[in-house]
Amino acid sequence: MKTTIPKTKQYGVEDIESPPLSISQLVWLRFRRHKMALVGVVLLILLILFSTVGALFRTEAYGNITDTSIRLQAPSPEHPFGTDTVGRDLLTRTIYGGQISLMIGLTAVIIQIVVGVLIGAIAGYYGGWIDSLLMRFTEAVFNVPTLPLLLVLSKMLSDKIPTIELFGREFSGSVIVITGVIGLTSWMGLARLVRANFLSLKEQEFVTAARSIGAKNSSIIFSHILPNTIAPIIVSSTLGVAGAIINEAYVSFLGVGVMPPTATWGNMLNGAYKYIETAPWTWIFPGTLIVLTVLSINFVGDGLRDALDPRALVETE
Amino acid sequence: MIRYIIRRILQAIPLLFIISLMIFFLLRSSGDPIAMMGGRRATRPEDRERLTRLLGLDQPLYKQYITWLIGNDWSLVDIDGDGIPETPGTRKGALRGDFGNSLVKRGVPAMDLILERLPNTLLLMIPAEIIILLISLAVGIYSALKQYSLVDQVVTAGSFIGYSMPIFFIALASMYIFAVNFRKWGLPYLPTIGMFDPKVGKTFSQVALHMVLPIFSMSVISISGYSRYIRSEMLEVISQDYIRTAHAKGLTERMVLIGHALKNAAIPFVTILAIDIPFLLGGAVVTESIFAWPGMGRLFIDHLGRSDTPVVMGILMMISVAVVFSQIIVDIVYAWLDPRIRYS
Repeated sequence: MKTTIPKTKQYGVEDIESPPLSISQLVWLRFRRHKMALVGVVLLILLILFSTVGALFRTEAYGNITDTSIRLQAPSPEHPFGTDTVGRDLLTRTIYGGQISLMIGLTAVIIQIVVGVLIGAIAGYYGGWIDSLLMRFTEAVFNVPTLPLLLVLSKMLSDKIPTIELFGREFSGSVIVITGVIGLTSWMGLARLVRANFLSLKEQEFVTAARSIGAKNSSIIFSHILPNTIAPIIVSSTLGVAGAIINEAYVSFLGVGVMPPTATWGNMLNGAYKYIETAPWTWIFPGTLIVLTVLSINFVGDGLRDALDPRALVETE
Repeated sequence: MIRYIIRRILQAIPLLFIISLMIFFLLRSSGDPIAMMGGRRATRPEDRERLTRLLGLDQPLYKQYITWLIGNDWSLVDIDGDGIPETPGTRKGALRGDFGNSLVKRGVPAMDLILERLPNTLLLMIPAEIIILLISLAVGIYSALKQYSLVDQVVTAGSFIGYSMPIFFIALASMYIFAVNFRKWGLPYLPTIGMFDPKVGKTFSQVALHMVLPIFSMSVISISGYSRYIRSEMLEVISQDYIRTAHAKGLTERMVLIGHALKNAAIPFVTILAIDIPFLLGGAVVTESIFAWPGMGRLFIDHLGRSDTPVVMGILMMISVAVVFSQIIVDIVYAWLDPRIRYS
């Protein structure tokens, strides 16, 4: 998002001579009006800072030290978020858990976009039997409720990938499994959306023009039609990040997701309901962070939806 | 119309076939059902071999699928391992309601286990669905009529927050407030675990009391989402010409609202039900395991943990059938409600 517009300048009739605004300027103008979306952006930045800057003060190893003599301790200056059932420091675990949760959310959405756009674009562009085949498949996946399917897939694959080391940190192989599984069970909505847009866009004149100058199918799909349907994809995938974070939390909460010692906000809550009365801090902190993250992403997504709406763009002009 | 209904049902058959194939191959490649048979490990190689044959796992995958789908009670199977089929098969196949026997509870058909739990799940889902429909209709219409009022803004903000909450957080927070803290403050508090207090027994009031928190947790998210949806539907309908006409005719506000606006705003609402059923069924897994509610969702997670493939597969298939058929019903109701839609 570019912020090149001078803040004090009001665009009105007297400015008719000024150069027309670019798309990104228009989008930013409209996005800025959405108060809650701005709140969402700020919240999101704070949450990202929490899990990145926080990591400078505490090491991950510190969050993995188990000391049962201090188990389930209430928040104190030494352990601001308290300790969990085996005496690990919850603040450190929420910091590193946040990194994993956010990373899973973002990566799963990338997978979702790749699969969803490919299937939607191919089905919509080629039509015919390819379309009916792909759409039947999409419908089939769509009709199996996501959460049970996610649970089955995670359970089945979680021990298949060994622990890996990346950037000097150890990641449980289950992180990769969960990311992939979430991405592969959430692309259907996006595929339908992209297909619907392709169906209407492919009849337009610019596509005929591109075809008449001999453009290849792949170039028509990716460089002519796809850029015209980018706005709904952006909105859908922003909201998809929130969905992926929630899904990871569900699966890890039920104990088949990311395996300890790697912390995520979801698996920190696994079994927390046993301590609902005696140690509420074990679930209040990670749970609140999940809600805040999802809430701020939903706000941003809602703001983007309004800002990117093509009809709205014309109005601003 | 009848032709449309028949066509939709015929379309559901290949769909369910693809779903069953997908789930079957996913589950068959997961875990080792023999290693997990009720926790009793079959360590001796000959035992493993015998069990493999008994469960039909020595067959090629496509044959296993056919047995799962249509059974094998008309043919002979080789149990003693000499290569000659001699024992008559006993499986009836999923098409005749047989998902095989549970591996954890040996000898009990998976279908029986599921059917035993199904009423408990429906006991939560049906009241939850009714509450969701009523509250989101009321809230949505009210905030549409009082657009930008204080109540509308509070509702909009509240629904945004509710929509962003995972079920388990609502469940944990509501348990913390209404059970733990209410007891601390000396207020009447709600029970959190199970279907009834074993000391009192399974009476109507006990079960009803135990239903409150699970139903609350299940409905918050849906109510938040759908009240926003109803609000925007209602706003769109109110600005239509026929509403102005109704006002111009001198109809009372009430008549316009109920007879004209609501009737039209309610049509897309039917689709909500179709979206909500898979969502609620998925959410049942979480809700039931937190509240220790003996339903299908809890059965699913318990038996998934022990690789009890027949039960897990059975539950997944039943949920998918429910989803597919609820969508067909919704499409038919939609066509019947909205005269603008004509299926040829």
